Amino acid sequence: MLGIEDPWVWLAYLGSILVTLICVLYGWLRRDTATDELSAEDRRWALEEQQVEDALR
Amino acid sequence: MPDTAALGWIDIVVILTYLLTTAYLGWLGYRGTRSAADFLVGGRGTHPVVMAISYGATFISTAAIVGFGGVAGLFGMSLLWLVFTNIAIGILLAFVLLGEPTRRLGHHLGAHTFPELLGKRYQSRAIQLFSGGLIFLFMPLYAAAVMTGGSVFAATQFGIDFEVALLVFALITAAYVIPGGLKAVMYTDTLQGLVMMGAMLFLLVFTYASLGGIGEAHRALTEMADLVPAPLQEIGHRGWTAMPAFGWGSERYDLWWIVVSGIILGVSIGVLAQPQLAVRFMTVRSRRELDRAVPVGAVFILLMVGTPYLVGSLSNVWFAQHGPEIHGQLVEPLDSAHDHALIQPMVQDAQGLWSTDPARQPLPLIVTSRSSAHDTSGAPITLISGRASAISAVDGDADRIIPAYIGAALPRWFGVVFLLALLAAAMSTMSSQFHTIGTAAGRDLYERIGRGRQREPSLMVMRLAVMVGLLIAVTISYAVRQEYVVARFTAIFFGLCAASFLPAYFGALFSRRATRVGALASMVVGMGVSLFWLVLVKSKEAGAIGLVQHLTGGETSLLAGHPNWPMVDPVLIALPAATLTLILVSALTRPPEPAHLARCFPEQRTGD
Repeated sequence: MLGIEDPWVWLAYLGSILVTLICVLYGWLRRDTATDELSAEDRRWALEEQQVEDALR
Repeated sequence: MPDTAALGWIDIVVILTYLLTTAYLGWLGYRGTRSAADFLVGGRGTHPVVMAISYGATFISTAAIVGFGGVAGLFGMSLLWLVFTNIAIGILLAFVLLGEPTRRLGHHLGAHTFPELLGKRYQSRAIQLFSGGLIFLFMPLYAAAVMTGGSVFAATQFGIDFEVALLVFALITAAYVIPGGLKAVMYTDTLQGLVMMGAMLFLLVFTYASLGGIGEAHRALTEMADLVPAPLQEIGHRGWTAMPAFGWGSERYDLWWIVVSGIILGVSIGVLAQPQLAVRFMTVRSRRELDRAVPVGAVFILLMVGTPYLVGSLSNVWFAQHGPEIHGQLVEPLDSAHDHALIQPMVQDAQGLWSTDPARQPLPLIVTSRSSAHDTSGAPITLISGRASAISAVDGDADRIIPAYIGAALPRWFGVVFLLALLAAAMSTMSSQFHTIGTAAGRDLYERIGRGRQREPSLMVMRLAVMVGLLIAVTISYAVRQEYVVARFTAIFFGLCAASFLPAYFGALFSRRATRVGALASMVVGMGVSLFWLVLVKSKEAGAIGLVQHLTGGETSLLAGHPNWPMVDPVLIALPAATLTLILVSALTRPPEPAHLARCFPEQRTGD
């Protein structure tokens, strides 16, 4: 298949494309499934993170 | 041979334009509001495409493109399993399984670095110090792989010495990471990611088109199986479109263990425990953002690693069809149906007489013509002309396969664009590597050393650590130039992270029973077994380090008399040992306080 005789190699070739398609499908199906809320804790964490980053600037 | 014309003024203008654009974007980030944390502070999320490409650009570097692409040129398309696992594990599993728990745990505990996440989860300063120390000590090895990959390409492309290319690369890196490039500027990473994707897409299409299409190119490569150099055939290389011979107990199976355990397994699993990638999940706004980033991340990785592995393998066909002609005398015929032969290369003197080239070993090639000639004694000989594989064209130096192919096969302008793509890949990875080195030294080590008191963060310590890390990386790049060293350094670091961090990281995210002592023990065992194996058993690394020769009287492995063992990667031994240690020691030690677990996992009811 595809000019490759070893099935383990064309399995890897097609498997790479297939798993990419699965990822695309996953992202598409779940695009609005999970909640998207920014909690006070998340915001507090981001402020601290900003300070860590600023220390490295 | 590769077109190694000196650096022209157009090249310099293109490179400077790119560097100035990147510097400008970096300056925008330096001034203010472009990092993921900035977005979160502002209450907004990062666009999933930006998040995914930024993550991918951090993941993929010159190590993957030049290093592993070259390994594919050497060992063949069996490397495609690494593409599959990089997407299945590095994207799908990482984003779906680890992303949200890491984000939540990090935010609940107020952790900002990977060692801090583990340290706070297990309430252990020792774990944070150990993890920070390990990152500080070994991350420069990975940075050295990235630097060597970029420098080899620049040296081949512009016909300059490797040392000069390395010096320039190091200066660019220093200019990029020391004054402000350490901040993970999402738009800069995204720009770099897009440059990388464009270059890879062109490279892939060009390569298949120039070899007559997908099926035709693969068929030509399959028919070249007998051109694999004899030393590789002896360890199980069965052609570039076949897996190496599988088995145990004979040197005929060495290559399978090198490729599968050393190159595919270590890197595939190691990506899950990469400190600089794990912290990215904490900068994400929500689970929804992670879900939406999966498709773009997967396509990005498919292009960024799939292309160099395919092109690396197929470069053998290109060199065999269009590469430089080699002349010599027949040693033995190989595949007479396809006119393949093993020849001893010869050189012609000023009088037109031919003599054996003392610098070259016999090599297999596809015969293009036969002619009559005379050797230096005046005796008539049949001079065979033909073309060899990419491996032969670069004298077996896998790190030079991709640069040599780009230099020889693609238009000159693409070489410059590709160099920019490599610079982009290197800078986006290195900025996060040195960011991680800096925070490991400043936040995880300096602030935590000293009887449990938290010191003030030290900017000076972080900057010093970055410079020391850079110096170590450059020194390693300069000093170590061995067989496919770029891929090997990367695999060593990824394997070390997998064995040392992965069990404790999984325990931190998913187990209420994993204990502080269990986690620390598993990390010590993971690192200890990995280093023991690298220094004394795995022959390539142990032989280069040299200690094992003193202990065994010249052997390159403690298990030198036991075929395949010296090829087995440390991760195969160290990761199960570390996992078992975590389970057993946790079962025997006191579980974490319920109050702490409730803080770590407030979403779950206690006792679930």
